[in-house]
Amino acid sequence: MAQTVPAAQLVARCRQGDQEAWNALVERFSRYVYAIATQGFRLRDHDAEDVFQEVFAKVYERLDSLRSDEAIQPWIAQLTRRVCVDRIRAGSREEPTEESELAADPDEDILTRLDEALDVHDAMVGLPENCREILDRFFARDESYRTIGEALELPAGTIASRISRCLVKLKDQLEGRNQLAAQSGGQVNA
Amino acid sequence: MSAYDEDRVSELIAALPPAPEAWVRAAQELPLARAGLDEIVARAEADAEFRAALIADLEATLAQEGFEPERPLVEELRRRFADS
Repeated sequence: MAQTVPAAQLVARCRQGDQEAWNALVERFSRYVYAIATQGFRLRDHDAEDVFQEVFAKVYERLDSLRSDEAIQPWIAQLTRRVCVDRIRAGSREEPTEESELAADPDEDILTRLDEALDVHDAMVGLPENCREILDRFFARDESYRTIGEALELPAGTIASRISRCLVKLKDQLEGRNQLAAQSGGQVNA
Repeated sequence: MSAYDEDRVSELIAALPPAPEAWVRAAQELPLARAGLDEIVARAEADAEFRAALIADLEATLAQEGFEPERPLVEELRRRFADS
């Protein structure tokens, strides 16, 4: 399913038991939940995996309690934070250390940055498929020019210039969204 | 975010790497796992022998009965059996 379907619409469809919509919702927020757990709270992989599964299980169970479908992102963020804190506290009860107590306080700057990052990823949806893929592979997946060239059947020598052109397009896209948001007095979500 | 430059935009793309595929797949399969869960719980309530086998070795019994012992399913069953 294309990521162009607004998240609020996906939520409504998930409530009706639409498996495809659920797949898309998980796909849409998987990076965000993962990043909050591993970057915001610095959880290790094993704990992050438990948090990840628990968050989506709670989202699935509690979708009916979400007051506004538009609020899905802050709701998931809040839920993830709570599950992370619970996990850290449970761990520190078993193995109390000063470090684990500190980890229960997330790095708020990182969490703010992740919200911005999600906006940028949402804006990428408005780019042509080839741009979206090349930017994601290079920056988010950390793939080399060579790997990208092989995967997309492009000469490796052209990758850098394509990335640069796509970044300009994305920047324009983001500025356009911000102007729209300013005109409508709020933030624009994809 | 008020101003964009290409470095900032690229940093923000990089800030959200993909979650491991297996985690995403397991979360996507949750509705199917829940459907299986209801079936297993109903059977465990009706069949004491099956229930005892589940409590003795949950993963092996699930696999033997043709259910994929995915982590969310196993954890939810453990929670339910512990509650009951």
